[in-house]
Amino acid sequence: MSAKPLTFIGRVIKAGIAEGEALVSPEPIGFLGGVDGETGIVTERGHPLEGQCVAGKVLVFPTGKGSTVGSYVLYQLAAQGLAPAAILNAESEPIVAVGAIISDIPMVDQLPIEQLRTGDRVQVNGARVSIESTEKTN
Amino acid sequence: MHLTDEERSWLVGAAGSATRRAMEIVVALGKIYGAERLIPVASVQISGVSYRNIGDAGLEFLRRWAGEGARVRVPTTLNPTALDLSGWRAQGFAPDFAAKQQAVVDVFARMGVGGGHPLPTCTPYLVGVLPQPGEHIAWAESSAVVYANSVLGARTNREGGPGAIAAAIAGRTGAYGLHLDAGRLATLRVEVRATPRTVADYSALGALVGQVAGRRVPYFVGLPLERDTPLWQEKLKTLGAALAATGAVALYHVAGVTPEARATEMLAAEHEQLVIDDLAAGYAMFNDDVETVDLVWIGCPHASLDEIARVAEQVRGKHLLLPLWITCARPVKEAAIAQGLAGDIEAAGGRVFADACMAIAPARELGFRAVATVSAKGAFYLRNLAGVATRFGTLEQCIEAAVAGRWGG
Repeated sequence: MSAKPLTFIGRVIKAGIAEGEALVSPEPIGFLGGVDGETGIVTERGHPLEGQCVAGKVLVFPTGKGSTVGSYVLYQLAAQGLAPAAILNAESEPIVAVGAIISDIPMVDQLPIEQLRTGDRVQVNGARVSIESTEKTN
Repeated sequence: MHLTDEERSWLVGAAGSATRRAMEIVVALGKIYGAERLIPVASVQISGVSYRNIGDAGLEFLRRWAGEGARVRVPTTLNPTALDLSGWRAQGFAPDFAAKQQAVVDVFARMGVGGGHPLPTCTPYLVGVLPQPGEHIAWAESSAVVYANSVLGARTNREGGPGAIAAAIAGRTGAYGLHLDAGRLATLRVEVRATPRTVADYSALGALVGQVAGRRVPYFVGLPLERDTPLWQEKLKTLGAALAATGAVALYHVAGVTPEARATEMLAAEHEQLVIDDLAAGYAMFNDDVETVDLVWIGCPHASLDEIARVAEQVRGKHLLLPLWITCARPVKEAAIAQGLAGDIEAAGGRVFADACMAIAPARELGFRAVATVSAKGAFYLRNLAGVATRFGTLEQCIEAAVAGRWGG
């Protein structure tokens, strides 16, 4: 296993500092009805992350979807200590952006998220996102 | 994005943590929508008020924000709640639910919404909050947004729940979309060859056009509507509400009627065409195959005094077999009581409820499985949010159903 550090500069949606393991979804995430506000587990049937827990992860997905009440699901997670450590999007939309701001979850968008893999160690500091890949280099 | 010195200082907490959070939201939304600057707003209208929708998490967040010192900087009104804040027992709500709903309203009162005394309604323009043409505002309720933009000529995007609260606390919103001239040109020309007459006909028309229009701005030609004729504003109110329910329309123009279309050519050179020959398909969209109806509901959007007068006229001296509920703003209910209209309706067996909206109420838990209404928007949300079957027809059909005890006599 060899490290492959990468740094990207995105756009700050919610400024902050965070570190954690990436949990990457190639599909959009809708928090209302898609993530259990009591447990942080993705419950949407057939979703690539179904059954996985978002708590403490650097959650990476293209963009949000679904009901605007989803902002409050993120707040509910944060109130119980089950929020993602940070959220990284390709292009953010209002529901998740507002959810991150009201829940104090660092959030950055306009990132090449296809370069991240689940399990990567990721550091977020303002607009700067650094990845220390755990992937094996061939 | 360009921010003024004051805006930048608020963003780092110079006006307290509640304003900082509001500015963070306003700026983030501005970035997402490509705003180059913020714009002061003259008024705000807040949605996301129903306890059934926002739940305990939403209530807790609002309490924390208020606790941080969140106070509105501009006149702000509140969307309907799930229930009549004083008449909920007659609607059949449980005391626990009513207490939670009241708690949501209390937090907004603490923030200074409605000057500390919120009057929940989706029709603030019927109770004195009348934006001026060209005025920038930040409203959230989709039917109020489309009315303010189209009928009053004010300028607002369709704000989200927390986004509108943030705009009220910051007193500004992002300058994008319908705040800018370019966003207000119509790109869908709608030629109406059918002849809508009743308020419900305009609702059916809106439902048909909305599902085609999506986010576009429609430009209506051929509507048999003149300003200052009876119910002309109610017809435009329900037309816009339906456009914003089956579509995401936030502005429309009616040739010769709405203010911007009277002042200048509002149709973009490049536009698509839609022809509406018949309204039957609009009615068919929201008519489930049910004869048994448990409730007749008038007042989506909230009824005007004229609309309540029409209902009173039709039920006077009759005995209704079905519950007939009219929802409206509290000052409109008070006027209806003062004019004896509410008394006539109650004598027949109907009720006038303030503050409330059945589209966001837990209708099934109240015992309703099928609801008849004059509003395509009402039917749309009754089905999709409340999970009940619907009948959609004219006021005459709805009153006939209330008298006969079933749809279609």
